[in-house]
Amino acid sequence: MLIPCPWCGPRPEDEFTFGEDASAVPPADPASLSDQEWTDYLYFRDNPKGDHKEFWFHRASCHHWFILERNTVTHVIAASYPPGGPVTEVEQ
Amino acid sequence: MRQVWRTDSGGNGIDRDKTIYFNFNQFRLEGYLGDTVASALLASGTRLVGRSFKYHRPRGVFGIGSEEPNALLHIGEGARRTPNVRATVQELYQDLKAESQNHWPSLQFDLGAAVGVAGALFPAGFYYKTFIGSPKRWLYYEKHIRRMAGLGEPPVEADPDHYAHRHAHCDLLIAGGGPAGLAAALAAGRAGAQVILVDEGVALGGNLLLAPQQIDGEPGEAWAAQAAAELDALPNVRVMTRTTLAGSYEHNFFTLVERLTDHLAAPDAHRPRQRFWTVRAGDAIFAAGAIERPIAFANNDRPGVMLLSAVRGYLARYGVLAGKTAVLFANNDSVYNTARELQAAGMRIEAVVDSRQAMSEAAAAAKADGFHVLIGHAVVGARGMRSVRGAEIARIDAAGKVKGVANVVYCDLIAVSGGWNPAVHLHAQSKGQMAFRDDLAAFVPQSAGAPYQSAGACAGVYDLASCLQQGFAAGAVAARALGYDAEEPLAPPVEADNVGNAPPIWAIEAPKGARLFVDFQNDVTTKDIGLAHRENYVSVEHLKRYTTLGMGTDQGKTSNVAGLAMMAAKRGEAIPAVGTTTFRPPFTPFPFNAMAGGHQGEIGHPVRRTAAHEWHAANGGVWTDASGWARPMYYATEGMTPQERINQEVLAVRETVGVVDVSTLGKLDIQGRDAAAFLDRVYTNTWSTLKVGRGRYGIMLREDGRIFDDGVTMRLGEDHFHMTTTTNHSGAVFQFLEYLLQVVWPELKVFVTPVTEQWFTAAVSGPNARALLADLAPDLDVSNEAFPMMAVREAEISGIPVRIFRISFSGEMAFEINVDADYGLAVWNKILEVGSAHDLRTYGTEAMGTLRIEKGHFTHAEADGRVAPDDLGLAKMVSAKKDSIGKRSLSLPALTEYGRLQLVGVIASEGASIPIGSQIGASDDLDAPQEILGHVTSHAYSATLGRHIGLALVKNGRDMLGRHLYAVSPVMGESTAIELVPSCFYDPDGGKQRG
Repeated sequence: MLIPCPWCGPRPEDEFTFGEDASAVPPADPASLSDQEWTDYLYFRDNPKGDHKEFWFHRASCHHWFILERNTVTHVIAASYPPGGPVTEVEQ
Repeated sequence: MRQVWRTDSGGNGIDRDKTIYFNFNQFRLEGYLGDTVASALLASGTRLVGRSFKYHRPRGVFGIGSEEPNALLHIGEGARRTPNVRATVQELYQDLKAESQNHWPSLQFDLGAAVGVAGALFPAGFYYKTFIGSPKRWLYYEKHIRRMAGLGEPPVEADPDHYAHRHAHCDLLIAGGGPAGLAAALAAGRAGAQVILVDEGVALGGNLLLAPQQIDGEPGEAWAAQAAAELDALPNVRVMTRTTLAGSYEHNFFTLVERLTDHLAAPDAHRPRQRFWTVRAGDAIFAAGAIERPIAFANNDRPGVMLLSAVRGYLARYGVLAGKTAVLFANNDSVYNTARELQAAGMRIEAVVDSRQAMSEAAAAAKADGFHVLIGHAVVGARGMRSVRGAEIARIDAAGKVKGVANVVYCDLIAVSGGWNPAVHLHAQSKGQMAFRDDLAAFVPQSAGAPYQSAGACAGVYDLASCLQQGFAAGAVAARALGYDAEEPLAPPVEADNVGNAPPIWAIEAPKGARLFVDFQNDVTTKDIGLAHRENYVSVEHLKRYTTLGMGTDQGKTSNVAGLAMMAAKRGEAIPAVGTTTFRPPFTPFPFNAMAGGHQGEIGHPVRRTAAHEWHAANGGVWTDASGWARPMYYATEGMTPQERINQEVLAVRETVGVVDVSTLGKLDIQGRDAAAFLDRVYTNTWSTLKVGRGRYGIMLREDGRIFDDGVTMRLGEDHFHMTTTTNHSGAVFQFLEYLLQVVWPELKVFVTPVTEQWFTAAVSGPNARALLADLAPDLDVSNEAFPMMAVREAEISGIPVRIFRISFSGEMAFEINVDADYGLAVWNKILEVGSAHDLRTYGTEAMGTLRIEKGHFTHAEADGRVAPDDLGLAKMVSAKKDSIGKRSLSLPALTEYGRLQLVGVIASEGASIPIGSQIGASDDLDAPQEILGHVTSHAYSATLGRHIGLALVKNGRDMLGRHLYAVSPVMGESTAIELVPSCFYDPDGGKQRG
């Protein structure tokens, strides 16, 4: 893959480390959650065949975490942006 | 041996003035420059070239290119002997040594085939059924199976050749130098686009070199040569022959394998054998051609049954007749031109068998010219063993059913064409979708949504005029999209084959007991496919694994589609409903060494060296790898065994003083207004209350409550911390902290900088450590009052500024001296120089590990990702007053229930050692099943205690202290009696380190 880092531009995949599913937002106050709610957050992730929002870390360069919207089948990348936006569409 | 099957003239690929001698098994044979091993073997009349994978059946050359399933040979000698080389692509060179594979005692007489043992073995699902009960059966049968089933044998010596890596960028990558690929390269190259054109063959031209055709009034190979010359002259086009596009990936990434010396008798020793290229292209066009498919009939694997296009190609390119007397069998019109060419060259054509029910124009014309044309017939069986002796021919109906009795026609060659499969491999590898075209009975690339376009035969276009036109168009379109002003050249007039319609025919019905091979390389028959269907392995992916269809080195290039068509028929479904298996790179096999390139042996990966590396190397350091760092395990000393030396190093720390290079520990510099608050959230204990100039030991958890990492962090200033991590996790901790700061708590003002490489760190520990430090840094007050445990002080050693932490991993009085890595060796040498008066000894990671086991400190051997703080007796490290990462999980039932594994010490009886890989059980019986109570996580001989000791995770371990159990290692076949004891063996109240 050629991953568009929001800061460095397109770079080869081996400069990056996959983090995790970016749709799993860490809860603000874990203590207020029931065991069930907490373990749902901890362990349950969707494994979609298709569009996926995920965190990547630009390990070998700028050390930024960013969100990548990637199709898990075709690897087509729709967008790449810092956590908290703004969303930047990637030109195909 | 004379080239008795060579024609008197012709062959566009050979130089008849240059005779080449080579060896095949015990025979000395000859060929011409330009021959492949296959064409030279055929020219000498050699039919039998190998034995098959499972059944040891005699096999001969089947195809003419990289699709070859049968003619796999050992090429070369000694360390350079390469197994499974396709004779059809190996170019001939002087004194080449080729040997056949998989036979015993000889190729002509194979015992396995003779007694038929192989025939009884290995039906579809053999492995599934045979080894499902007892795994011990595999242990018994393995060596026999390995001897019976297999292909070539790899050499045992290391590969003496070297390999290179290259990277390239281009506008347009074109795979395949046939008519479509050449046309695309011309269109894009003339427009100025940076083009790389690759072809796996020796010369450009593709099918133009194998099937006589006319372009613009001249022979196809002449047009190809002109096109090649024009491309050669364009500075923006790079033509790479003998190069395979091995892998096609997303985002315009491709891998190529370029063969540089495999065709040379005596290559220059300085040249790499092969070059592995990675290419990032603006766009790509696949023009990989099509692969002819066979038709299965009884004994269709006999040497002398060949693909029709191969027979035609051997004549056109090499001037070789693949037989003297032939029966041609096809479902399309390409057979008629081929028949004329073969007959003109001197081959006797006994019959042209056409499986179609209606007579085509081409068939009628051939018949009028005197060919024995049999319409609505099929070859139903081959006669002969080590070579074809005859063909059984019978009438068939439109459904392919045999009508009436077969007649035998004597011949030594049966050439078969069942139509073509577009080589969709590269398209499919890059996740392009496929469509099934009923008129071709083949899968073709679906261009919509595909990342790259296909042109020519690999797109399902089989006539030459359209191939050229599509190539020109694809090249021009791609160049324009890349910003070049490209014109689409007009396709020249051609005279070429009209293939006509080719209604699919996959297999001819045969009598019970007959073998009809679908996958030659893996010996998969139509019966195996039937068996898989009966046993419900009906999905193509299951079919593949159950029968091994398409799992050979050829990846089923001639067999996959036929196999799945047969499965579709059994399921009563259309072929597209059954689908294809996944196409994966590489397109053809290549050596791992090419992929490894120069990254082998000592330079397999970069070694991280500390500032004192050269000193360790010069003083007997025996290396171990720790996350890429080279660390001395111990310092080898003449006259001492490694264990004796390690004991000496341990005792030096316990009795005088030792020094160890701990530069590899991860170090993070943490600064910012919210640094302390950040550490409060990251570590389980409290940091905001820590005084400047002091440090604390901390553990950090993952969100699931398991221990992630631990280490000592010092507060250098109000907003400034120096964190140490374990060597292994330094990268992961940094990444995690950045994740927390950037994603979870972006409001915190904190910067984290990895500084591991910036510091050199030496730990001095032992009863004499304080006196040594006092001598090293005379200006520093080293008293307990001025420099207590867990404090940090700035000082100077020989005028070099250092930062000293008073922390102890060994349990002795200890100091960690940190210095700018550039001054590391100077400080290390100074420590040794001053240390000699204090009986200082260097120690390595083995002694360090022993000392920490004696103290009961955990490492990643214990905190293995499943362990929570309380399991290690560290519940008190978790602050009740604040939240931290992972704390929520600690109250989950799974982490609080009784029966978790807990850290304890184990001690063996006097003189006994603890086996590697020990489980802990109540019995020392190595065979009888028993309840596993836990496992030993690390162990060592403790010179301090004179006993073998270890740490272990044991169910309810803290309640089991004092129990006498066994450390049992079925893997090593050893067990020993142990006692469970508290995890700290040495100075449990810590008086020694506090001084």
